[in-house]
Amino acid sequence: MNEARLVTPAMVALWLVLASVPLWVERAGLHEYLGVEILIWSIFALAFNLLLGTAGLISFGHGAYFGVGAYALGLAQFNLSGNLWICLGTAILAAGLAGVLVGLFISHRRGIYYAFMTIAFGQIFWTVAIKAYRITGGEDGLLKIARPPADFGFAAFDLGDNVALYYFVLAVFAVVVVALWRLVHSPFGRVLAAIRQSETRAAHLGYPVWRYKLAAFIISAAVSGLAGALFAMAQRSAFPDVMAVNQSGLIVMMTLVGGGLVSFWGPVIGVVLFLVSRDVIGALTFSWMLYFGLVFMAVVLFKPEGIAGLAQDWMKRWRR
Amino acid sequence: MASLIEAQGVHVRFGDRVVLEAIDLEVAEGELHGIMGPNGAGKTTFFNVLTGRVKPSRGRIRLGGEDLTGLAPHQIARKGVARSFQIMTLFDEFTARDNVMTALPAFRTRGFDMRHAVAGDRALAEEADALLAEVGLAHRSAVAAKQLPYGERRALEIAVALAQRPRVLCLDEPTSGLGSDGKQRLLELVRRIRARLTIVAIEHEMDFLFSLADRISVIHWGQVVARGTPRELQANEWVRRSNLGRFA
Repeated sequence: MNEARLVTPAMVALWLVLASVPLWVERAGLHEYLGVEILIWSIFALAFNLLLGTAGLISFGHGAYFGVGAYALGLAQFNLSGNLWICLGTAILAAGLAGVLVGLFISHRRGIYYAFMTIAFGQIFWTVAIKAYRITGGEDGLLKIARPPADFGFAAFDLGDNVALYYFVLAVFAVVVVALWRLVHSPFGRVLAAIRQSETRAAHLGYPVWRYKLAAFIISAAVSGLAGALFAMAQRSAFPDVMAVNQSGLIVMMTLVGGGLVSFWGPVIGVVLFLVSRDVIGALTFSWMLYFGLVFMAVVLFKPEGIAGLAQDWMKRWRR
Repeated sequence: MASLIEAQGVHVRFGDRVVLEAIDLEVAEGELHGIMGPNGAGKTTFFNVLTGRVKPSRGRIRLGGEDLTGLAPHQIARKGVARSFQIMTLFDEFTARDNVMTALPAFRTRGFDMRHAVAGDRALAEEADALLAEVGLAHRSAVAAKQLPYGERRALEIAVALAQRPRVLCLDEPTSGLGSDGKQRLLELVRRIRARLTIVAIEHEMDFLFSLADRISVIHWGQVVARGTPRELQANEWVRRSNLGRFA
């Protein structure tokens, strides 16, 4: 049974496909940096979907934690240490702490009030990033963020090249996938899924619901921060725009279109579709977002379970 | 018999509306205590106070001498109070087995375990299956709760409550929506489990309640207006004069 496995055949197949991307991506007319972006946004989307798909909690301000991770990596590099692991650890910690701060305020809320509170806090983080010029560089952002080498003690790998960075991010992606897969299928993940279906019933079974919601929010924020840190490395800078409400909306859209509500892999499907559409349709027309928006509307209207839901329906029919 | 539940002067008001007014009610250990009364009398509100969903404006609730007043629902559940709901509340996407498993105290103590897979735990699955067998749902363990017929969902709700290993089981209109066959099956199920539990049941189905209950309290206008054994209630002047008398 796949749920009991730490590594599933689907994961191995996906990693093998992803490992081959640098070999053919340019021949397909795409840039290898797109692969880096897809992996980073996939980490972000999987973290986001721990809240949306597993716990049923919608955050419209999740870009804030992605941004906190990006800034924390840059600031740690400038002020603390140039060591990659220290910088990534600082980013995870900073985003996790931001998650604690916000989670304490919102975890007693549910439904629309929960969602609105996430927007409000997201806007606070975004405003701070713009206004705290001396720390964040304001709208100019943090520039000249380096890509420190990945030093494993016995060997160090230079990440200056996009292909090297791609394989490093792929390794991080693999670790995140395994960790979140296990978490979602653990007792903790089961309780989150129970809370999604009925907070009231979960509470009357003896579960302190708000503590589970808080823990889920902190983990989701911390992993989003890791994605943000990798993004800062990838673009060698950190800007406030990733914390803006429209950016937070994009991750919601990608996750829903992909099918995060019914599948662990839904967010990854959504990210691939979104970013490849951006590059392919975006090369043809500036209004590519219009077409993606139409896809989003079609999904909401006709198949709220998204592409993964559609695939599951086909699989069921095929098995009959 | 010693009292397991003691409600003393429980008073609840929502805004300017008094819903419960100085309710005094005792339930003895091992007793099946029925609560009856017309719609809007305050029966479910009393359950909500007992299980922590509503905090009383005044008064106290004790379980085995321990004060439960003002505790959150999860704290009261952990002290051994399980409940069913008037509007059935299950984890609809979970299978029957997963619904029961999630309610087991052994599962609850591992609630923050993020390192082990649930699917690999046979002991929990077997414990859940045994409870499903007890309520006649052994053959339905792998079926999603939302796909079960209404009567089986009611039985599953009781299995979920039993899985909590409660000291007190609160049933809020358990026969609601059931046909005569379903009621008969539920009656037999409650008869089987009552020997090892204290049960408090709100019920409109008077045949059901009068054939099972050791004692019954009648709540009306937010007050206990009559109480006693089914036989005593049948002789109670107030009950005879009221609309409820036609059932008693």
